[in-house]
Amino acid sequence: MHLVFPAVLSMLLFCAGVYGVLARRNAILVLMAVELMLNAVNLNLVAFDVWLRDRLHSGQALTLFTIAVAAAEIGIGLAIVLMVYRGRGTSDVDRLRDTAEPGPGDQDAADGPADAPGTPAHRTEAHRTEASA
Amino acid sequence: MSPAAQSHGFLSPSGAEVAFVLVGLVTFGAAIVTVTTRQIVHAALWLVVALGGIAVEYLLLTAEFIAWVQVLIYVGSVVVLLLFGLLLTKAPIGRSPDADSGNRWAALLVAAASAAVLVWVVVDAFRATWIDLDGPAAGSAAVTGASLFRHWVLPFEALSVLLLAALVGAIALSRRQPPAAAAGSRAPDAAQEGGR
Repeated sequence: MHLVFPAVLSMLLFCAGVYGVLARRNAILVLMAVELMLNAVNLNLVAFDVWLRDRLHSGQALTLFTIAVAAAEIGIGLAIVLMVYRGRGTSDVDRLRDTAEPGPGDQDAADGPADAPGTPAHRTEAHRTEASA
Repeated sequence: MSPAAQSHGFLSPSGAEVAFVLVGLVTFGAAIVTVTTRQIVHAALWLVVALGGIAVEYLLLTAEFIAWVQVLIYVGSVVVLLLFGLLLTKAPIGRSPDADSGNRWAALLVAAASAAVLVWVVVDAFRATWIDLDGPAAGSAAVTGASLFRHWVLPFEALSVLLLAALVGAIALSRRQPPAAAAGSRAPDAAQEGGR
């Protein structure tokens, strides 16, 4: 079999996963896209193991390890998503902006914290409560 | 190019190659639907098709044990976990208009650019490389088990510790908060989380 076929399929699946991670808004859909990326890596590992045929069977052993790590990752990830959903009432990754720096789209980003000494703490506090509401 | 490689060609594909390409098209299509559909439960079900297609690709690459592990772990447990997650976060049934965020076109641009670069590099690098599928069995349960328990024992045991840690962590994360912490503000809650 030509090695290009599994390699190209793996690259295409990985890029589909990249699109899903970047474009999705629901946290569980993001986790699904992460699973697609991990599966693309697994396919690459298996294809190169079959091609190289090393004595240790590194590719297939690493594939098994990746599958186990992915299972652990999805368990922890879902537990975190459920905890966030219970605390915030949403699993929308666009609305979890507590640790985000104020970007150009936010309304309190135009004036920096230096020009108004009294207000910034109050402003960031108001911003935080608004983001978490 | 070696004489063995000259006997192959794109114009005379073997049966395994034809099957690989067909299953690969189905897998890639299912992956695309998974990341683009607006019906969230349908995305999980199309993910089953994509993961099952990858299991068939493993079989075609003679990695039998990995294929069955893929079916057991991914199709059997990961997708079920995802469906339970959708259930517990009250995902909307039917079309949800806000499944995609506003930066969809930037994401599409990034994904298409990386796909073009990666496919070009991979095709250019492995244009004349062929996998010999007729050699000794590389993926049966006997061979995989022997190599796993002969050469990979220490990582295997470390992996069991990792799985135990993940299990304990998932239980600790999803445990219901005691009423005192739930009634208070979020600051003592965070302190308690760090202390666990």
